[in-house]
Amino acid sequence: MSLIASDNAMILESAAGWLAAGRGVALATVTGCWGSAPRPVGSLMAIADDGAMAGSVSGGCIEGAVAMEAARVIEDGEPRLLSFGISNEMAWEVGLACGGKLEIYLEPLA
Amino acid sequence: MKRRLFDALHRALADRRAVALVTDMGTGFQTLVGADGRQQGDAGLEDEFLPTVQDAIRRDRSGMVDYYDGRFFINVFAPPLRLIIAGAVHLAQALAPAAKLAGYDVTIVDPRATFATPERFPDFTLVGDWPDESLTTLKPDMRTAIVTLTHDPKFDDPLLIAALGTPAFYIGALGSRKSHAARAERLAAAGVDMADFVRIKGPVGLDIGAVSPSEIAISILADMTLTLRGTKQKSPATPVEAG
Repeated sequence: MSLIASDNAMILESAAGWLAAGRGVALATVTGCWGSAPRPVGSLMAIADDGAMAGSVSGGCIEGAVAMEAARVIEDGEPRLLSFGISNEMAWEVGLACGGKLEIYLEPLA
Repeated sequence: MKRRLFDALHRALADRRAVALVTDMGTGFQTLVGADGRQQGDAGLEDEFLPTVQDAIRRDRSGMVDYYDGRFFINVFAPPLRLIIAGAVHLAQALAPAAKLAGYDVTIVDPRATFATPERFPDFTLVGDWPDESLTTLKPDMRTAIVTLTHDPKFDDPLLIAALGTPAFYIGALGSRKSHAARAERLAAAGVDMADFVRIKGPVGLDIGAVSPSEIAISILADMTLTLRGTKQKSPATPVEAG
């Protein structure tokens, strides 16, 4: 069992394991949140090229969308700044039910 | 994030060192900064900017910062919270794993070799010192909670007195209201100021009607969380500085 206890440490531990296995990995970080967003600024989610996830950036509302975008980030190696909220044009599918707004920095680990 | 920087971040967390990852949102350049201001990464941060980062580390506060014409995201990675449990008793066997689940590094202190055994506490750090002496080495800080579970004044009292001299954010003592009142008298006789004594939570834990050791463990963790974070309605309680 890992000696590392904190949430973010466990997420990076998963990412390190995927990297060591030669898999492509992207890291999503909550860089801004407004309203009743469920995960605080600084929260992490790591995504592997096969769709495996560790951690979270919301209460489960937008993880799927972030994972899809992560596949592109792993592919082209370019970081992106994503924003999600009720005013988002994709609101009907990945909007935040809580009415919050989130900004997420998505970057490749390379 | 470049692999070398990721490895450094991963290592810092494994070594339980507080660090901040600073990302320049304009260029994507990233720098890892330690609590001492030492940095490594894509680009050196200006000396003038470093205190802002170090302050964020101290306050464990991540966020976006504007600096001249740039935007920087400072993500603080604090070492885990710590819990020191005095008394390797039955309740400790429930509290230790529950606290671990909540993200705490748990140390169990008990000089009685029959209690503090690896069989009873697999995967936990066991210290065989007298509880009050153990604090000299464990050095509780503002991210540390101390809970006494022995029910025995000869173990609990010296530890509680020592704990009051630390900035621990939570100090709790198991025992009924009646035994807590008796404890107040003993500690007052030992010279403890009652203004300090009120830092000791007794009976320990949030009153959720807990009966079993697991339920009591949950009530203690709930109270620790409440003390650390404060309720959603008001701002978190300010940790008490060491006197």
